[in-house]
Amino acid sequence: MPWSYLPHTEADRKAMLAAIGVANSGELFADIPAELCLHRPLNLPAALAEPDLAKHLAALAGANINVSEYICFLGAGAYDHYIPSVVDHILRRSEFYTAYTPYQPEISQGYLQALWEYQALIAELTGLEVANSSLYDGGTGLAEAAMVAASATGRKEFLVAKTVHPHYRAILSTYARDRGYTLTEIGYQDGVLAAGELQNKLGPTVAAVIVQSPNFFGCIEDLAAGTAAAHAQGALMIAAVDPISLGLLEAPGKLGVDIVVGEGQSLGIPLSFGGPYLGFFATTEKLMRKIPGRIVGQTVDQEGNRGFVLTLQAREQHIRREKATSNICSNEALCALAAAVYLNTMGKEGLPQIASLSLQKAHYAYTQLTGIKGVEPVFGAPFFKEFAVRLPQPVAAVNKQLLAANIIGGLDLGNYYPELTGCTLLCVTESRSRQEIDLLAARLGAIV
Amino acid sequence: MNIPKELKYSRDHEWVKIEGTRATIGITDFAQSQLGDVVFVELPAVGDEVAAGSGLAVIESVKAVSDIYAPLAGKVVETNELLADAPETVNQDAYGTGWIAVLEISDLPQPDALLDSEAYERLVGEGGQ
Repeated sequence: MPWSYLPHTEADRKAMLAAIGVANSGELFADIPAELCLHRPLNLPAALAEPDLAKHLAALAGANINVSEYICFLGAGAYDHYIPSVVDHILRRSEFYTAYTPYQPEISQGYLQALWEYQALIAELTGLEVANSSLYDGGTGLAEAAMVAASATGRKEFLVAKTVHPHYRAILSTYARDRGYTLTEIGYQDGVLAAGELQNKLGPTVAAVIVQSPNFFGCIEDLAAGTAAAHAQGALMIAAVDPISLGLLEAPGKLGVDIVVGEGQSLGIPLSFGGPYLGFFATTEKLMRKIPGRIVGQTVDQEGNRGFVLTLQAREQHIRREKATSNICSNEALCALAAAVYLNTMGKEGLPQIASLSLQKAHYAYTQLTGIKGVEPVFGAPFFKEFAVRLPQPVAAVNKQLLAANIIGGLDLGNYYPELTGCTLLCVTESRSRQEIDLLAARLGAIV
Repeated sequence: MNIPKELKYSRDHEWVKIEGTRATIGITDFAQSQLGDVVFVELPAVGDEVAAGSGLAVIESVKAVSDIYAPLAGKVVETNELLADAPETVNQDAYGTGWIAVLEISDLPQPDALLDSEAYERLVGEGGQ
């Protein structure tokens, strides 16, 4: 029985093929040019029996190191925040876990309500009026925000801070290339966007100014000043933010930022080697009809009972493909649900506490590390939970030795910013204890 | 079905009121009734140059999203800002306060490009296609 999970028997298959008048299923792909076909089976190892497969996968997984056995000081867009156990319990309910797109509100009220609550939480956190029900990740969210700005302003140039995550900028340039948009980078001074350079490059052709705060270096950008400068030239302001930081920092929407996006992985989603993650997206009511992705709305049925539906679908590609804001109709519903459960669990007091612990522990680590002879601070700007330090030895060599001591070191900034060769970007969340930070300082001191 | 005699019509169900070098454009009573409740009108920008037959505005109803085409070529000199806050005006007063935009005509339409009220009435009588 090679196909034990498939419902059709060999006889069923023959009958179906005969009914449509083809000899085998291969004939159904006759319109694919022969030169594009492989003409051989895929080069894969033989199938395994389930117990053997389980052993094989366990061995593969065992080859990875993980944050429960190692002390993690690596961030740069993916963060080791604590995930309350309630998140997983709710996520694993089969009503949520196996649900499909809620196109039929009649049978999807539970999920629609959960996603609507997620949107409400994101809107409140960002200080904006509307949020969608999620995109793939923070980088996608940022690129989609830029597309919205181009569409809303009719302009084709973006000013992008070099302090925005390099991966996010790479995604943005992929989007911009095909649409013929221009990206102009704005340099940095002391860890934050160079305000003078922004002012010089701003003009009537700029669709949006794009920043991240806390930025890739962990430093806090002046969103209010950037927004004022952008608006003065008729450009929109787009900010990618760390949602945990919003437990302490002012909501960007309240500072006038037009579109706020970000990576929601910190909100109850495991690191998982980079995905699935969560892109959140929030904006003003004015831009509501240009939002990419799905939006869940609250309404009433004909008897006046509260209900939830996918709304404003005219923006989506299945209505008018060539005119849609975005080609993305997918969302990350399960990850959005995790974020909603996380935020509801933490609550109004918990989130500021997590933010404050992360901030204080990061600053304690900064003080400890920069006290080591040969370890130098890189930037003077205020930072949240990440900071850069310059090491007297190559970062890769230092990280290798830290790993031997069960410590995952920082990101080698030289890989992305040649001018920062020898600098490492370290991250400290609320999950790190004082003992762990002291251990990092002791090990690093011994290495350098 | 209201089809004013003094207006010209396009086969896409726009009405045109030509006064000197300017043309006011809206959608017909038939069009608004087919669309159902209008919830949003995306207006062009003043200064936009439009060719005859190109997209002028986008109208969204509870049922569908439709393009509104320019019945003749020109430059947008005025748009109906009232529709931003009260898009339902298109349903309530399609030929009056529900107008969409005013064009400064750059090219007069071909003699047979626009229909008179009788021809338009026949078009609607045949199902509007």
